[in-house]
Amino acid sequence: MTKSGKNHIQTEGLKAPVIRIGAVQWIKSNLFNGVFNSILTLVTLFFLYKIIPPFARWAFIDSLWFSSAEQCRAGAGACWSIIPANIRFIIFGFYPHELHWRPFVAMIMLVGLLFYSKNRDHWSQSLGYIWIAGLLTMGILMRGGLFGLTPVESDQWGGLPLTLMLSFFGMFAAYPLGVLLALGRRSKMPAVKTICILYIELIRGVPLISLLFMSAVLFPLFFPEGLTVNKIIRAQAAIIMFTAAYIAEVVRGGLQAITRGQYEAAESLGLNYVQKMRLIILPQALKIVIPPTVGILISAFKDTSLVVIIALYDVLKTTRSVLANPSWMGFSPEAYLFVALIYFVCCFSMSNYSRRLEKELHT
Amino acid sequence: MNGETINTSRSSEDKIIEINSLHKWFGDLHVLNDINLTVYRGERIVICGPSGSGKSTLIRCINRLEEHQKGKILVDGIELTGNLKNIEKIREEVGMVFQHFNLFPHLTILENLALGPIWVRKVPKKEAEETAMYYLEKVHIAEQAKKHPGQLSGGQQQRVAIARSLCMKPKIMLFDEPTSALDPEMVKEVLDVMINLAEEGMTMIVVSHEMGFAKSVAHRVLFMDFGQIVEENTPQAFFDHPQLDRTKLFLSQILH
Ligand SMILES: Nc1ncnc2c1ncn2[C@@H]1O[C@H](COP(=O)(O)OP(=O)(O)O)[C@@H](O)[C@H]1O
Ligand SMILES: [Mg+2]
Repeated sequence: MTKSGKNHIQTEGLKAPVIRIGAVQWIKSNLFNGVFNSILTLVTLFFLYKIIPPFARWAFIDSLWFSSAEQCRAGAGACWSIIPANIRFIIFGFYPHELHWRPFVAMIMLVGLLFYSKNRDHWSQSLGYIWIAGLLTMGILMRGGLFGLTPVESDQWGGLPLTLMLSFFGMFAAYPLGVLLALGRRSKMPAVKTICILYIELIRGVPLISLLFMSAVLFPLFFPEGLTVNKIIRAQAAIIMFTAAYIAEVVRGGLQAITRGQYEAAESLGLNYVQKMRLIILPQALKIVIPPTVGILISAFKDTSLVVIIALYDVLKTTRSVLANPSWMGFSPEAYLFVALIYFVCCFSMSNYSRRLEKELHT
Repeated sequence: MNGETINTSRSSEDKIIEINSLHKWFGDLHVLNDINLTVYRGERIVICGPSGSGKSTLIRCINRLEEHQKGKILVDGIELTGNLKNIEKIREEVGMVFQHFNLFPHLTILENLALGPIWVRKVPKKEAEETAMYYLEKVHIAEQAKKHPGQLSGGQQQRVAIARSLCMKPKIMLFDEPTSALDPEMVKEVLDVMINLAEEGMTMIVVSHEMGFAKSVAHRVLFMDFGQIVEENTPQAFFDHPQLDRTKLFLSQILH
């Protein structure tokens, strides 16, 4: 509880003293304070010396960036040439070559929209419409068949657009679904509660891979004969169902952290259940669980690479296909480092953004 | 206001709360045991009694924060049953102030106040904010409107909580030990607000051990023990000439 402002006024002119220390002093007090720390510092320095220079030599000095595979084999350094030489297949998979601009534009749109939406000042109803329009446009770009665009069947989709699509829809559908499941699990209605518990525990009890397999087998059972649900949608559904169960448990933790007094204050104002949850409880609960939620979203993003097991070509699979090509065989470190970089950029932006959001929402 | 008595020849329309042989159990614990209470419009009642005697439970039954298991509660002519619509309607008319304020920490003071009117009473946002500012001024805290609850002192928070309830223009105000979580120097600022409210004729039920407050605004003081209303009197008579031994014992404990 803060005291009224008066006490602070007298001390306002004073500031905490800033302690300045020199570099030597800093090294002494942070790296060599004590025998154990000194040894640790020396061992670390030794390993860094052993690893960094050779790696830098391999990656930057002896490396080749735009050469043929043969030239690479003669060189001693990294063969980054595998990336530019195969970039279009890595990124777009089997999407028709001359139509690559379409998934490219779709991806740019997605990234652009995400960037624009980062700023909370832009959050409004019209942003919702912009998203709907944007997603429709992206869908049309990918599928074609309208406005004179050549149709491209979804079994030709692959690479980065596929990865982004699976993870984007995975997260944005799983999050609200997870919140609903968490609310359902705390519901007073026994039927709702039981269904939610069953769902959450069953899904969390199996690995994503088995869900992917099952969705391939089970989905066709629920749909009328002849109507085949395409593989991407099945994978998408499995990812959403899986992620939602984990989100639900994290959100439940957040809900438990909200005191009974908040519910009672909301109720005594006459708010109904939906208003109470939407205006009072969820804004507080969801804020508390931003860090673990983002953790789940990040692992969901990476888990999309598991769709290879139902023969979808996500960006990791397209990379491996390039490595299966005899002329580029053997350059897997370079190729995998590149894919790792793509994953890293995405995951790092997510966790960065979550930290920013947390700070902005701090009250 | 002292000595003012409620006219005894009242018509049934003047009754705003009627509680008939109310019982409530928490598991095996018989928390409320045959409570009968009628509250008239404009009446102000102070409830006191030892901790655990069921005071909070009783007033929380009035806006259905607790569910009763036997007996009948009528609030402004509406009977409290499982009917959600009725419960929400009653909650609109009954303001509640809690011991621990229960402000919404993620909203500003102004948003705390305007929320109920906007979402429950469907008042336009601008009008709701004007009303909010009016009540903030009334509790002498208008300059804090843009702050968050965590930046205010306990006394200020409790005044905001009172203003938040008032924004709903309630017919009845319930207070559950509104000053017992406050540092001593902040008790008066909250009681002053409540006394003002009383002077305007608000129907109030206050769980409190503040004798001065009870003496200056209450029409009746109820004393509860073990889930029953065991003694009831005007504040003067209650504090100066308690009838029962347990009332005397209780008063001696809170007054030394
Ligand atoms: N939600 C609850 N569950 C179980 N017991 C409760 C609950 N709330 C209150 N009680 C019990 O009911 C009794 C009366 O509580 P309360 O009405 O809060 O008393 P008071 O406000 O007079 O101190 C106490 O013994 C308390 O422990
Ligand atoms: Mg109590």
